[in-house]
Amino acid sequence: MSQPLLLAESVSRNFGGLKALDQVSLHVSAGEILGLIGPNGAGKSTLFNCLAGSLPSSGGRIQFNGHEITRLGASRRARLGIARTFQLGKVFSTMTVKENVLAGLGIGAYGSFLRSVTGRVKGESELAQAREILDLFQLHDEAETLVATLPIGVQRRVESARAVATNPRLLLLDEPAAGLTHGEAESFAEIVRRVRARGITVVVIEHNMRFAMDLTDRLYVLVQGRIIAEGPPATVREDPDVVRAYLG
Amino acid sequence: MDAYLISVLTFIGIWIILAMSLNLLVGYAGQVSIGHAAFFGIGAYTVAVATVNLGLGFPLDILLAALVSGALGGVLGLPALRVRHDFLVLATIGINFIVVAVFQYTPALGGAYGIVGIPPVTIGGIEFLGLYMLLLVYAFVLAILALKALLLRTWFGVRLIAVREDEDAAAAIGISVASTKIWAFVLSCAGAGIAGALYARQLGSVFPENFGFVESVTVLTMVVLGGAGTLVGPIIGAIILGGLPEYLRFIQDWRYVIYGLMLTFLMIFERDGLMGPESRLRAWLGRGWRTLAADRGSGKP
Repeated sequence: MSQPLLLAESVSRNFGGLKALDQVSLHVSAGEILGLIGPNGAGKSTLFNCLAGSLPSSGGRIQFNGHEITRLGASRRARLGIARTFQLGKVFSTMTVKENVLAGLGIGAYGSFLRSVTGRVKGESELAQAREILDLFQLHDEAETLVATLPIGVQRRVESARAVATNPRLLLLDEPAAGLTHGEAESFAEIVRRVRARGITVVVIEHNMRFAMDLTDRLYVLVQGRIIAEGPPATVREDPDVVRAYLG
Repeated sequence: MDAYLISVLTFIGIWIILAMSLNLLVGYAGQVSIGHAAFFGIGAYTVAVATVNLGLGFPLDILLAALVSGALGGVLGLPALRVRHDFLVLATIGINFIVVAVFQYTPALGGAYGIVGIPPVTIGGIEFLGLYMLLLVYAFVLAILALKALLLRTWFGVRLIAVREDEDAAAAIGISVASTKIWAFVLSCAGAGIAGALYARQLGSVFPENFGFVESVTVLTMVVLGGAGTLVGPIIGAIILGGLPEYLRFIQDWRYVIYGLMLTFLMIFERDGLMGPESRLRAWLGRGWRTLAADRGSGKP
């Protein structure tokens, strides 16, 4: 097997006495759509935060694309190619939809003060790229709309579009289908497949089992901060531990 | 023009620069500071020392003031990386008190007597007093306004607003929140330094009490009143709060009460300020303008 794109080894995270993550090890291969499922409070979002660098892990190590990233902060990891969305959605609400996407496109300029003060935001090539991403996420009609005025479902798409605009190697989606109707979730799954077709590897946290089973190539099941099962959706669904964890 | 009017307009121009510089920090980067007068003072004292003790001329003195204020702003902005917003406000107040105390108790800075005898700006043998100084100050206003408008169109402008909107989301698209905040402090304080430099040159003297907490509150009120995060807001705020007290004596006596009331009422009724995107005044002006324009159109025979 080739070198995995992301490798987490025995990653732990404690909050006081609580072990939110207990020695979690996982790998993500380039090109796959990986699912991360588990009941509420299992530590899925905490794991995302540790992988993306918004929370330091209490133990273990993380490698990405051959780099040791365990000690890097979130913005450094983003610049290396890890993009993400947040469970509750974090958009720049006073910007328009297009400006949110443009903000993602600026990633190459954010590393240094000099580069960020010399680059113009609305150059020809940026606007063309933004248009293309807005099309991919079916946001062209809302391009000039202030994000704050849009329904939550659309805001989630804006957030994902902004993440894809950073041209990442790996995209972490935290419950993208939460609050979407069945039809909206279907169409979002289609978008995720097209994102993968651009060469972006995707890890998705999902509560909606049907959505996760349909979309992903492989699943990890996280329960109480530990991984209890891993494999293709069809296998995981039959796993007695998983059935017990989900059905009590 | 009447010399008094010229002097009032000159000081308003200086307030505009100060308010614009604070707006970069408060309105765009979202870092509330009630200690901005400290950097105004650092700029003024730098020019005082540079001209009186070192014999430096224009524009080197102002450049030096911008550099010193900007650098100290970056250093004193470091607490902003460690504390939450409400604590940052307290930290900036603390910085203001410390800086004033340094002015007050450093013999080399004249202590409580300040530094007097700062010469006016001289260019090509012409002393910039009165109208000349007024024009010089407004040249700076225009230059800084233009620079700020340009800066906001760059990726750095995106960095500022992204950090203001959501630090986690900003970091997720590769923006270093810490360095963005530090640069916002550096640029904002450098702007305050320029305002202070012009102030020292205009007034000819500097005293510790000119740069206290009350001045910080005043400039913050200008920004909030006009509309934080807008280009014209701080200008409007500085004109209103910088100009009114000069002509309405009772405002001068009651100004702290009035500023306090203004801040309170703004926070309740018009949080975006007079020129903010959600402002009632702006909507009302817009409506009035549209009505006028429509009337003019339909009024044709």
